[in-house]
Amino acid sequence: MTGKRKSIWVFGDYRNYYQNRVTLQLLSKAVDLSRLLDAEVCAVVVGHDLEEWIMEYTAHGADRILAIDHPSLTSYSTEHYLILMEKLVRERDPDILLVGATDFGREFAPRLAKRLHTGLSADCVGLELTSDGLLVQIAPSFGGNMLAEIVTEKHRPQMATVRPGTFREIPHNSERTAAVERLPLPAQLPSARVRQVEYERAVQREHAIENANVIVCGGRGLGNKNNFRKLDELAKLLGGDVGATRPVVYAGWAGHDVLIGQAGKHIKPKILFSFGISGAIQHTAGLGEADFIVAVNKNPQATMMKMADVAIVADAADWLNHLIKELRRRIRE
Amino acid sequence: MLNIVVCIKQVPMVTELPWDEKTGTLRRDLAAGMMNPACKHAVEAALRIKADGGASITVVTMGPPAAEEVLREALAMGADRGLLVCDRLLAGSDTYATSFVLGRAIAKEVPGYDLILCGAYTSDSETAQVGPQLAEELDLPAVAYAERLEISGRVLRVRRLVDKFRETLEMEFPALVTVSMEQYKPRYASFAGINRAFAEADILSVNLKRLDITPAELAAHGSRTRVRRVFIRKTQKENVLITGAAANAAAEFLDKYQRKISAVIGKSIEAKKQT
Ligand SMILES: Cc1cc2nc3c(=O)[nH]c(=O)nc-3n(C[C@H](O)[C@H](O)[C@H](O)COP(=O)(O)OP(=O)(O)OC[C@H]3O[C@@H](n4cnc5c(N)ncnc54)[C@H](O)[C@@H]3O)c2cc1C
Ligand SMILES: Nc1ncnc2c1ncn2[C@@H]1O[C@H](COP(=O)(O)O)[C@@H](O)[C@H]1O
Repeated sequence: MTGKRKSIWVFGDYRNYYQNRVTLQLLSKAVDLSRLLDAEVCAVVVGHDLEEWIMEYTAHGADRILAIDHPSLTSYSTEHYLILMEKLVRERDPDILLVGATDFGREFAPRLAKRLHTGLSADCVGLELTSDGLLVQIAPSFGGNMLAEIVTEKHRPQMATVRPGTFREIPHNSERTAAVERLPLPAQLPSARVRQVEYERAVQREHAIENANVIVCGGRGLGNKNNFRKLDELAKLLGGDVGATRPVVYAGWAGHDVLIGQAGKHIKPKILFSFGISGAIQHTAGLGEADFIVAVNKNPQATMMKMADVAIVADAADWLNHLIKELRRRIRE
Repeated sequence: MLNIVVCIKQVPMVTELPWDEKTGTLRRDLAAGMMNPACKHAVEAALRIKADGGASITVVTMGPPAAEEVLREALAMGADRGLLVCDRLLAGSDTYATSFVLGRAIAKEVPGYDLILCGAYTSDSETAQVGPQLAEELDLPAVAYAERLEISGRVLRVRRLVDKFRETLEMEFPALVTVSMEQYKPRYASFAGINRAFAEADILSVNLKRLDITPAELAAHGSRTRVRRVFIRKTQKENVLITGAAANAAAEFLDKYQRKISAVIGKSIEAKKQT
């Protein structure tokens, strides 16, 4: 293993660039790690008309870009991307490969890892290095209440998927340069067994709560939909918005567009009220730097209570009712 | 008739307790272990296919002996037979090892399968990796996060919404699909079903030996990842604890933090003087 410089790869997932910049966030983390490992940061991008992404990845930290640009790669094909990535990885043997935990990434990365006979950890919330340069993949475990440090000791590359929003991107720097390698499509790319019949961008009207100053968030501890919907009143009184945890969304108490957390929105309210929420990492990952957190839970040991500035040990629905009543009495318009 | 395999997993009840659909409350009585919700949707998808055009459904789980319960649950819903893959050497397997063993078990015990269904993810480990990796193991065309399945002849058409794109995809059997929780709301098991699942359940239990997997082979295909440490996060908040009857506590809370809250919401929440 002499001479060869280590390399950290980031898979260029650009399809939803305007909604999530996970590739840029991963590049930034890769740059951090590369300093400690004395490694090169390499972005791999596959598709058609890639100049925009090549420039963007260069400006955000890549030292090298491997680009396969071809009209037949215009839309994402898991199968074709697998074939191309497997070949590249085998040829060049990167030490680390990071993939954004988009829907695509979460389907693609496990298959790639399996093909390469290496390990993969899902949805990491942190990446660190051991003193001997092993990647420590920090991922939620046991339903999100704990964190696990996962390592892939013997196999390479060390692979991890990371949710959008986990790391912060490096500011755009158009002065940066990178070695750009434009690679040809291999001659014998087999036709995909999964055929795309229709493909369109889904138009969704979304309720934007990302910028609210006050969020009142409810979880399963509110007990039922009726109780949960009382949060609307509190939100109205406080001029804020309602947020929800995933079980609540699954139960139909709230729409998916107000889900807070890894799989949903990232919020950064000045005040956050949290009713009947345990504080699983997948949820709290979406809480940004809430300035002031008030949690109501009947279990003082719940993680959410430990994270709170004010932790109220009480029945969530009951407390919510009293708070609304008391606020109504007090607020003069 | 289609030969369908559904991979299901028993998950412990950590936080995601099942709902009582009628009352909308938690089923704490089921806290011990239950079928992973997404797997249940996959079973439902198989049952709908069966109702439409006929199918034989084998449910497979790899887990401890107690995991047999979820097989029975699936049989009660209407699956035809169960396969339990159980061996002490499998404890602690990561998704790489799990997909290897499930692949071997399915190939050996359910030869001639047309369609393998998985849940999109499990509520405990939630890697969403086993389905896609099983497809690699068995070299099958595969689609994750399916919302709708339609079959005509040997062609499977799948609709899904991924990364804000609506896609319709087609592939030929044999194929693998992971089923999202958007559609295919699981049915309840009928009484007749439950009786059948306990009286005359067709459940086969296999260990590694029966699957012709040697310890050496298991080691070669064993876990790629290792958990170094598990820990709880720390926070550095002030963490004032309030207890007491809600009526007074709410008023006290507002008194104490009125400045802070008023400043943000731009309204006064000072207690009105009693008149
Ligand atoms: C990959 C992945 C992604 C995920 N993404 C998200 C996400 O984006 N957002 C998200 O929210 N979750 C997400 N989850 C789920 C997450 O792990 C938790 O399961 C979820 O956040 C728990 O929601 P909860 O706090 O409402 O419910 P629970 O964990 O069940 O907590 C309920 C809380 O209410 C308390 N309680 C019960 N009864 C009362 C009462 N009467 N009064 C007061 N308190 C009471 C309990 O003590 C408990 O603390 C994800 C999970 C995974 C694995
Ligand atoms: N031990 C197992 N036995 C059977 N199926 C499993 C097992 N683990 C995972 N699966 C399948 O893979 C899906 C995704 O699991 P996971 O990768 O753990 O999120 C589940 O919904 C199951 O269909």
